[in-house]
Amino acid sequence: MDNKELITPQCLVEGDETYDLVYEKSYVMTDTRLHYCPGCGHSTAHQILAEVIQELGIQENVVGIAPVGCSVFAYDYLHIDWQEAAHGRATAVATGVKRCLPDKYVFTYQGDGDLAAIGTGETIHCVNRGENIMIIFINNGVYGMTSGQMAPTSLEGMKTTTSPYGRNVHTMGYPIRVSELIAPLPGAFYVTRQSVHTPNAVRKTKKAITNGFEYQKLGKGTSFIEIISNCPSNWKMTPAQANQFIENEMLKYYPVGDIKVPSKEDLKDLVK
Amino acid sequence: MEQKDDIRLMKGNEAMAEAAIQAGMDAYFGYPITPQSEVLEYLTREMPNRNFLALQAESEVASINMVYGAAGAGARVMTSSSSPGWSLMQEGVSYIASAQLPCLLVNVNRGGPGLGTIQPSQGDYFQATKGGGHGDYRLLVLAPNSVQEMADFVFLGFELADKYRTPVLMLSDGAIGQMMERVIFHKREIKKIDKPWATTGKPKDRERNIITSLFIQPEKMEKVNLELMKKYEEIEKNEVRYEEIMTEDAEYIIVAYGLSARISHKVVILAREKGIKLGLLRPITLWPYPSEVLNKLADRVKGMFVVELNAGQMIEDVRLAVNGKIKVAHYGRMGGIIPSPEEVEEHFEKFIKTL
Repeated sequence: MDNKELITPQCLVEGDETYDLVYEKSYVMTDTRLHYCPGCGHSTAHQILAEVIQELGIQENVVGIAPVGCSVFAYDYLHIDWQEAAHGRATAVATGVKRCLPDKYVFTYQGDGDLAAIGTGETIHCVNRGENIMIIFINNGVYGMTSGQMAPTSLEGMKTTTSPYGRNVHTMGYPIRVSELIAPLPGAFYVTRQSVHTPNAVRKTKKAITNGFEYQKLGKGTSFIEIISNCPSNWKMTPAQANQFIENEMLKYYPVGDIKVPSKEDLKDLVK
Repeated sequence: MEQKDDIRLMKGNEAMAEAAIQAGMDAYFGYPITPQSEVLEYLTREMPNRNFLALQAESEVASINMVYGAAGAGARVMTSSSSPGWSLMQEGVSYIASAQLPCLLVNVNRGGPGLGTIQPSQGDYFQATKGGGHGDYRLLVLAPNSVQEMADFVFLGFELADKYRTPVLMLSDGAIGQMMERVIFHKREIKKIDKPWATTGKPKDRERNIITSLFIQPEKMEKVNLELMKKYEEIEKNEVRYEEIMTEDAEYIIVAYGLSARISHKVVILAREKGIKLGLLRPITLWPYPSEVLNKLADRVKGMFVVELNAGQMIEDVRLAVNGKIKVAHYGRMGGIIPSPEEVEEHFEKFIKTL
């Protein structure tokens, strides 16, 4: 049986429920058409997020904080309460929300320019206070929304519209590994780096985001989930090439895997 | 048994902090800066025994964005700062105004520009009343002239913020914030209203709530602008506040607010002792501005003298209000210097000789 057969309903007659359902859009996703470019990792990350919220049954208890960048419209796509923050300030906004609504699940969804350049201070201090939230950090090494300028996470030698001859680390600084930077902070409870370029990677990312919500029940600190993503449009690649670039280049500098995990002792109060 | 009013001797900054707790404030976010650090100190000291949150942020930029988040979550929330810190907050204030989030903001004005001084000033009048941040918005600005008013305007500020879903600014200064006076905390009934627009988690029976200031389609952005303008018109209609002192028979008027108004009150007494019929108009709301009353006064007085601790900022609003009917002059000191009533009176007398 090939893929096409797998995803073709066997018997789709009105009133007849006996067909093979292999995929259904999460009801947490709205019907708004995603504005992301074809092949963009944001779409995948959004769907994972929606699925996790649905599976955990927490739709009524989630508040999301959207950033400035490509995912500035994140609030259009998920059926949950949202706040749209100023550029870089999502973790400060999330702090305000969570401190006033400690029983809600609060997360930020931020890109690399937002979180690792203009919002570095807010990010570090939010984690250092151990704010009981989840930070989802989409790292694709480029400013997508403003059409492809160098990000703090752009790889050495990477050509962007503001590093047209390639990123020279001696004059433009080095690509910053935020997960490694914040993991040593005592307020960081769970720090992991995942990606969305293969089905297996998507499954692992989904698990990480599930953890990020679940751990908020414990009130023991910040969950930080970095997701290595792509930018076919600004990398000037096809989606397939872009995913290959993640595998061959991005993951060399930004290796996937858990960077800080809670101990069994830490998790003993987690009721499933 | 009837409960007596609570009378205390306090600094303006402390009175403001105490009032905030009594007004049912849920959360305060702030960053230390002279001359208003007593607010965060007072609140963190009181926090263990009373039901609210006070959090020291890593910067004023973070403070104002925490205020945004908390206000969006439906909390009664506040921050305070002084001039350089207030400048840092302007981006966030613009977002808060656009997203229509009720909150109380306080600027205990010190001398500037730049790092300036830590002494009192009224140099932030333009910033407070003409914008401060980017885009078309207004702040409802309350100007206290005593420790008592620093306390009273906290209650009023929270109520007005909720009523209009708008940020309210209390513009004080380093003298009123730092000086100690008697302050009475009256027993009050605290009113809190429902905030069905707040992001508290989307129940099944309502659409999702979104707090945003992004309206990327021009038609939608203009609609929000018009909505804001309508609200501001309503505020201008209902919320103009001012105090008149000896204006009934006045031939001349001093216009001054806050600390300058206290000095000017004494100037009025000095002038009256010399037989000069001087009155004082003290704007309590700096926006909306008491333009109408000034315009009417201009029909029966010979001149207006604007006293400010700056190079001449509010004088522009006085001139707009009187619209060329009479002569308007300014006297101000800067750099944190507070003029004596005698000094102001001398300059006032020079002014009336020119009329």
